[in-house]
Amino acid sequence: MTFYIARRLFWTAIVVAAVIAITFVVFYLLPAGDPALRFAGKNPNPQQLELIRERLGLDHPWYVQFVKFIKNFFTGDQYGWPGLGYTFAGQSSVLHLILDRAPRTLFLIAGAAVIWLFSGVSIGIISAVRRRTLIDRAAMGFALFGISAPVFWLGLMGLYIFWRQLGWSSGTGYVSPVDSITGFIGHMWLPWVVLAMLYAAFYARMTRNNLLETLGEDYIRTARAKGLTERQVIFKHGLRASLTPIVTMFGLDIALLVGGAVITESVFNLQGLGYLAINGATTQDLPTVLGVVLLAALAVALMNLVVDILYAFIDPRVRYA
Amino acid sequence: MTSSSGDRLLDVRGLTVRFPTSDGIVQAVSDVSFTLSRGETLGIVGESGSGKSVSNLAIMGLLNRARTVISGEVEFKGRDLLTLPPDELRKVRGKEIAMVFQDPFACLHPMYRVGAQIAEAFTAHSDAGKDAAWKRAVELLDHVGIPNAKSRARDYPHQFSGGMRQRAMIAMALVHNPDILICDEPTTALDVTVQAQILELIEDVKREFDIGVILVTHDLGVVAETATSVMVMYAGRVMEYGPAAEIFRKPQHPYAWGLLDSMPTIERRLDALVPIEGSPPSLLAPPTGCPFHPRCPYRFEPCAIERPPLEIPADGAHLDACFLPYEKKVELGEQRAKKVAA
Repeated sequence: MTFYIARRLFWTAIVVAAVIAITFVVFYLLPAGDPALRFAGKNPNPQQLELIRERLGLDHPWYVQFVKFIKNFFTGDQYGWPGLGYTFAGQSSVLHLILDRAPRTLFLIAGAAVIWLFSGVSIGIISAVRRRTLIDRAAMGFALFGISAPVFWLGLMGLYIFWRQLGWSSGTGYVSPVDSITGFIGHMWLPWVVLAMLYAAFYARMTRNNLLETLGEDYIRTARAKGLTERQVIFKHGLRASLTPIVTMFGLDIALLVGGAVITESVFNLQGLGYLAINGATTQDLPTVLGVVLLAALAVALMNLVVDILYAFIDPRVRYA
Repeated sequence: MTSSSGDRLLDVRGLTVRFPTSDGIVQAVSDVSFTLSRGETLGIVGESGSGKSVSNLAIMGLLNRARTVISGEVEFKGRDLLTLPPDELRKVRGKEIAMVFQDPFACLHPMYRVGAQIAEAFTAHSDAGKDAAWKRAVELLDHVGIPNAKSRARDYPHQFSGGMRQRAMIAMALVHNPDILICDEPTTALDVTVQAQILELIEDVKREFDIGVILVTHDLGVVAETATSVMVMYAGRVMEYGPAAEIFRKPQHPYAWGLLDSMPTIERRLDALVPIEGSPPSLLAPPTGCPFHPRCPYRFEPCAIERPPLEIPADGAHLDACFLPYEKKVELGEQRAKKVAA
């Protein structure tokens, strides 16, 4: 197991390095123009441009910049470790920027994940147990709605109803829980629900299908033949086997959201990591984009590892060597 | 309660099971009656889809009640299992009537330890604590011939061989010293060498615990080895029913002859096997009259029109459902026996 984890961590490093390299290449292949031009103001002269390029490190070819980035990452820079450089735009530390924005995204993901996991799985179970009843149809109708409704539309409708009309939500923007816990929840509960909606729908469907499939297995008949109660049959024997794929899904979904909750972040003006990445990309701010990409790639790779290890504990048939 | 060999355990009368589907009603089991006594091994034989497994699932209450129509009576200890409330029936399942299934690879939960699954069968019907239940599980695993039962109980099913899993299933069935053990094709999924061991184990268990065994199989060889009485089923109906020795020595129904002639034995060469022509009928629209008549080489006028009743055709004979005169059955049976000997 230790060897397995070590090997996986090694490959994680390779993958993340490859992702960073690709980000570099894409950045330099994009016909978006010279970042230096952006910062030089109107009608710059060649000397000024040269100066800016030198200051931003753009006078070197991309692979030299790449090696420098990797080196800085491990050795750190004047803002501390890991060294992520400073942004083109504001000349502020990317590390500080990310440390400032990451909690917003992480709080968003955590809250939504709790909601979607519990509601999705519960709805799925009820649906499977009460198969083909009105409850099942209503639940699957909700699931279809959740999957089909675009997040930006849901978000805007939510804001209109719960903020403008009812006043139950404190609206857009972000309040740190350190400053005001009520303000934090007032601002966060709606984005939590909106983001959770899509996933809850997916999880409800998946739980229902997995559970129904499991309940058709021979070992479920054995459980009934033993004289177990229907509750024991479903919640112990049925759920155990059908939740395994959901654990996998959950880990990866959370990881993907680290850099991918952009729409929710934008609608609710949370200015988290996704927002940072989009902003960086549109202003050709390579260091910012790299910082977020690095974090997102790490999250996906590490969650993958966590899920695989967890799997070995859940399913005794899985053993890694 | 004192019990002794020969006590009537189960009295099934007119058991009928139908599955309404969008294509029509599947008549899986029609008017099946039989009894089971302590110390008896009843072999239920028939091709796939003859209703032998469904009958037993119906007795155990393991068919989805919402999608099945069951009628008839299943009398067990003075109660009709078919009309028992689900929760009362649950208390019978696994305690007084236990079941072992066909595929031991699929019948054990892959994510729980073998010992835990057996212990769970124990706690399902008793207030015993975890430790006591685990001890009982180990004790039974040892009893059914699992070596190092104490440590093997901590194994997961995938660490067991097929034969060991079936032994574990039998151990699970025995936790409460049931009165009846229903074995639904217990050896079909196993290697031939293991099959004999499992059959032997079931016989040992029957003697030792003094219970009644229902052995469902499509393999006449299995029945020949262990059954004391045999019921031959076809298309959800009983074709012939009587003591095992008589069924094998003097079979009365053409379908039973067909089954016996298609069974390989050491004496009989492969080219001497006679398959039954045709295939079993659809249970959505079973043939009128005798369900076997389309495939029967001895059919005559009434077979297609009227259903032959299950009767004892003459003194010294056993139950069959066939219109052939008894003398004719004896004659054809003797011809058959000669052919086999030749």
